[in-house]
Amino acid sequence: MSLKENLHNLKEKYRGTKMAPAFNAIHTFLYLPNEVTHGGTHIKAADDLKRTMNIVIMALIPCLLFGMFNAGYQHYAAIDGSLRDNVIANFFTWDNLWIGIIKVLPLVIVSYGVGLIVEFIFAVIKGHEVEEGYLVTGMLVPLIVPIDTPLWMLAVAVVFGVVIGKEVFGGTGMNILNPALTIRAFLFFAYPTWMSGDKVWVYDAVNRTGTADAISGETILGSYAQNQEVIYSNWDKFFGFIPGSVGETSTFLILLGAAFLIFTKIGSWRIIVSTFIGASVMGLIFNGIVNADIITDSSKFYGLMSTNWWEHLMIGGLAFGAVYMATDPVTGSQTNKGKWIYGFLIGFISIMIRVFNPAYPEGVFLAILLMNVFAPTIDHYVVQGNVKKRLKRVTVKTA
Amino acid sequence: MALISKKDAALIKDPFLDNNPITIQVLGICSALAITAELKASIVMSVSVLFVLGLGNVVISLMRNIIPSKIRIIVQLIVVATLVIIVDLVLKAFAYELSKTLSVFVGLIITNCIIMGRFEAFALGNGPWRSFLDGIGNAVGYAVILIAVGFFRELLGSGTLLGFKVLGDPIEKTGLYAIGYENNGFMLLSPMALIVVGIIIWIQRTKNTSLIEEN
Repeated sequence: MSLKENLHNLKEKYRGTKMAPAFNAIHTFLYLPNEVTHGGTHIKAADDLKRTMNIVIMALIPCLLFGMFNAGYQHYAAIDGSLRDNVIANFFTWDNLWIGIIKVLPLVIVSYGVGLIVEFIFAVIKGHEVEEGYLVTGMLVPLIVPIDTPLWMLAVAVVFGVVIGKEVFGGTGMNILNPALTIRAFLFFAYPTWMSGDKVWVYDAVNRTGTADAISGETILGSYAQNQEVIYSNWDKFFGFIPGSVGETSTFLILLGAAFLIFTKIGSWRIIVSTFIGASVMGLIFNGIVNADIITDSSKFYGLMSTNWWEHLMIGGLAFGAVYMATDPVTGSQTNKGKWIYGFLIGFISIMIRVFNPAYPEGVFLAILLMNVFAPTIDHYVVQGNVKKRLKRVTVKTA
Repeated sequence: MALISKKDAALIKDPFLDNNPITIQVLGICSALAITAELKASIVMSVSVLFVLGLGNVVISLMRNIIPSKIRIIVQLIVVATLVIIVDLVLKAFAYELSKTLSVFVGLIITNCIIMGRFEAFALGNGPWRSFLDGIGNAVGYAVILIAVGFFRELLGSGTLLGFKVLGDPIEKTGLYAIGYENNGFMLLSPMALIVVGIIIWIQRTKNTSLIEEN
């Protein structure tokens, strides 16, 4: 008997019991159900929740693969700086990929394993089908944490994020906050020493602290925040040959992913574009302040304020957040006008946090979480504004 | 004859679970968030509230027939304020360090909604003995939540309980810290106290579904 038949029989055996959703989920995840609707089905849409999720995951795969190579590259380049002279030759090597496999894959496995266990438990308790909501979150989480994050911390954070960020509100589709960012925020506030500073972004940097071959892996944002020179060229920043969270370094691949998401109409181009516009505006304001000599280079804000506005778009997690996090259809704004406002404020606030909080220069996840909370309010006023406008039109005509 | 009749016993028992001042009436949340980062502070706060509420309920109950109803809030405030000042001075005299940790929150017992709530809702209409039991019951109900929250926040946030390093020493890397465990800094921040109280409310209402409010 095939695996499919076995699963089908298990499903039948447990039908109506508490464990039914668990077996049902395994079965439908791997195969088409044995029984399908006959006749009178009028809605034929291929893009159900599972398909939508899978498309986002496909858009994330390049970032993941790049992140695995980058994990090794940053590790070896931190030991031997001459590797940076010829990035192309030294980047796609088996040694780099190997470090990616031993460091990044466990993050992915823990993220999915723990998250899906929590989802299964809640599905069994509540007696509904297992929801697909975690499929994307589980892939996003490993991409937005530092490479050396201890696995148990990730597991604790995933439990917290899925339970408090999603399940207490009623599960997939009911959550106010983006679960992946809730997980990231939990890690950030719970274990700040592991989530910032110059030791966590490059594999093995923590263990080498204080030894003869100590390596430093400060991120670009961290360097700018301390008014330090940065050794990376703009092309490095754009293509992502820089230290950072696992999968967010390559702006190029993120933009490819964005194009894919916009083409398949999964991601909202309005949110992506307006986020970049918001970030540019804030960056231009800061550049203007520096150019007008309002602050001097002795100011602690000088490093990040004087960073060119277009550079802000390539460094840190801004692009990743704009494309994969802000566009979450559940937690973002729903109305078209609302999307413009929502995205613009995300970009605007991200750069503001980045500059004014040099201790923790990455502000994009806080900005998105904040705007997640405000998204329903924005929608409310957009809808009310529209109602008012139309009412006015009605009264004019009747008068 | 039993020391406490069945009806009176309910005064103590009800606020403990099914009519808990924090999780059901959602009163006194501010102090539950502010001072529960340490277990010791939670305990001292609980004892202070126990003293103020128990005694205050008796005093108000004794005076209930002579307080003109128009100025009853002022009278109640004076009674609470007097008791709170006693607590504050005792703490400053015998536990100065602790009174500094609690800082303004001892003074703010005056504004703790539980106390005014019990004066208004119970002591003004019942005899001193029943009022005393009601005060004790509500203060214990408050204390249980405060101590539970304080326990988890101190254990997970600082790795200590009442100042004892129960999980090992984070600097010398003994105990759990030897295998890579780290304190959860989020636990020490107020938002986490709200989440812990929320989780307690969640568990309680799952166990007893009759407590769930209608929308």
